[in-house]
Amino acid sequence: MRIVGWRATLIGFVIIAPGLVSAQESEIVQLREALDALRADYDARIAELERRLAVAEQNAAQATSMAQQPAAPAAAGSAAFNPAIGVIFTGQAWQYGEDPAGYAVQGFPFGGEAGPIEEGLGLGETEIIMNANVDDKFSAWLTAALALEDGEAVVEIEEAWVEATALPAGFGARFGRFFSGVGYLNEKHRHSWDFADQPLPYQAFLANQYVDNGIQVRWLAPTDLFVELGGELLQGGSYPAAGNAHDGFGSYSLFARLGGDVGTSHSWLAGVSYLDATAVERASGDEDEPFLFTGDSTLLGAQFVWKWAPNGNWKDRNLVLQTEYFVKSDDGEYQLPGAAAAAWDAEQSGWYAQAVYQPRPRWRVGGRIDGLSGDDPGAAFDGTLLELPADDPRRYSVMLDWSNSEFSRLRLQFTHDEAGRVDDNQWGLQYIHSIGAHGAHSF
Amino acid sequence: MRRIMALLMIAALPLSAHAAVEVFSCEPEWAALAKELGGPLVTADSATTALQDPHYIQARPSLIAHVRSADLLVCSGAQLEIGWLPALLQKANNRKVMPGNDGYMEASAYVLRVDATGNVDRAKGDIHPQGNPHVQTDPRNLVPISRELSRRLALLDPANASVYEQRLEDFLGRWNAAVLAWEARAAPLRGKRAITHHKSWVYLERWLGIEEAANLEAIPGLPPTATHLSKLTAEFSEGGAHFIIRSPYQDDRPSQWLSERIGVPAIVLPLSVGGTEEADDLFALFDDIINRLLGALDHA
Repeated sequence: MRIVGWRATLIGFVIIAPGLVSAQESEIVQLREALDALRADYDARIAELERRLAVAEQNAAQATSMAQQPAAPAAAGSAAFNPAIGVIFTGQAWQYGEDPAGYAVQGFPFGGEAGPIEEGLGLGETEIIMNANVDDKFSAWLTAALALEDGEAVVEIEEAWVEATALPAGFGARFGRFFSGVGYLNEKHRHSWDFADQPLPYQAFLANQYVDNGIQVRWLAPTDLFVELGGELLQGGSYPAAGNAHDGFGSYSLFARLGGDVGTSHSWLAGVSYLDATAVERASGDEDEPFLFTGDSTLLGAQFVWKWAPNGNWKDRNLVLQTEYFVKSDDGEYQLPGAAAAAWDAEQSGWYAQAVYQPRPRWRVGGRIDGLSGDDPGAAFDGTLLELPADDPRRYSVMLDWSNSEFSRLRLQFTHDEAGRVDDNQWGLQYIHSIGAHGAHSF
Repeated sequence: MRRIMALLMIAALPLSAHAAVEVFSCEPEWAALAKELGGPLVTADSATTALQDPHYIQARPSLIAHVRSADLLVCSGAQLEIGWLPALLQKANNRKVMPGNDGYMEASAYVLRVDATGNVDRAKGDIHPQGNPHVQTDPRNLVPISRELSRRLALLDPANASVYEQRLEDFLGRWNAAVLAWEARAAPLRGKRAITHHKSWVYLERWLGIEEAANLEAIPGLPPTATHLSKLTAEFSEGGAHFIIRSPYQDDRPSQWLSERIGVPAIVLPLSVGGTEEADDLFALFDDIINRLLGALDHA
């Protein structure tokens, strides 16, 4: 009110002022200045009052909203849907120099789903993922893969597991159907692979990925260094196991992982794993006339992953170096199509090394070398796909991918294949797109 | 085997013997706040530094190991850490810090979040349906958050409840005085217009009365495009903006490019403690933010 009073007086004075004929020019200037100063002061005070009002309003709104917001907020992320639902779309166009229909790696017949990517335009697996907390002690996860096989829609339960989330002393447990914790890539979902296909040891020794039904127990040491020990007891129904041996307790695995940081820019993960599987009439090679292996199959694996990003700021630039080595020992006998059973006791090894570099947001470039080698299984296998090849199978791949966001990726891949019967060059374009909820990726 | 177990137990001992409450924070500001409120009674480590974009963090083994031994996890929430925190929690096998327990706290749940939307169309970019998570840029938000954090510390360490209460009152006294001082110093910023790289500064802008004129990102979370930058050049070449703001971890090229063309200073503001050399604690963080904004205004 005081300001307004002042102002009125001043305005009155200004109105009277022109009447004073004797007033000097300088006086008018002075008065103008005074008026401007007052006006500025007045504006500033109004602004201050407005600001205080805004603060008071915000505080009031905050108090109201605080009353409305739940005291204990829901889980990070998957609160918007219950359960969280996501769909992942993949597909590709792949071109071969040689017809991939008869593709096989001499000495290493594949089992399960392993093999070359479908030639030409094709639809990959469409994955439907649902996950949520069951209650305060369990969470659950489902991955259903939809695929077309000879025009027929096929639904496959890829993963269906329940996780105990409230175990004491650093223990964790998972039961149901899940990707085994052996190796590094085995647990990785197809959509997070850096290349369109798995490296040769995964194709030859694990039929791409070892997934089975059972229980997994993990323990994390209470140390600054990441130390994880785990083990699994599995039914033994899928490659490299088969036939649900030992009354349905057909295989087990053990794994250990260590990891840490070096400064803020580097981090690493190293691990070893052991899988002991029993196979009863395990099929590999030709689908119609398969080799059937019965015996023990063990797989020893070692992994190392190194990741770098300047200052640990992953978004702009980063580099991932990754390598794995496997030794597979099969001891038993092979039933060869149209022939007698032959004893098999041989060791095979497989490895890959790859580097993926992101030079700028959205773009990544990568290279990979993968290979296999093995023992001579004996004369009984001469002339069959199990005979050891003259040269070790090997492939060289490069890829370039572009991700518009975390939810879309387009990839170009080139592979020079020296693993198949004839050396071949292969080109491919792949897309991976996801909608809905998308789980966090592990290291 | 017994020797290995004994070694492991020795390795575990220092973690439990030193501090009453071990705090794992997703961002440095919450670690700094926990240290203010807990002093020697807590240890507080941050998963990220202020030089890292908290949206994009790898769920590193070292972080899993930290979550494993934490008593209290404090994160911004509102899906800021959705790309990595769930992976840490799933691997860490620590029921104390699972959502729903006293050891799990989302800081942004205790303030009024802006820009909350029910519309989660991803064509609009990387949006947070629960609202903007960068709540630490308004110091007034730290008042309710510090009250809640102090309450959690007291719940987890009841023997020292009175110490936490005392430290909270002491902190709030200093903090509220500092807020008034910052507001007085920042008065010239009122009504000024900012172009920001990402929508990281909406709370700061609301606090200081700065208007957000535009973002360098055409779509939140996606890198600025040449087309969008050209559009901004045309829009602001005749004025209409006073500064271009980015966070330390954001690419400096888009803001420098635009700055040269429209003649408006491009500045880096620390989004958290440690974002600049000067911002070495929570108080210095806001001192530095205001210094840098006022400095840019002088040079404009």
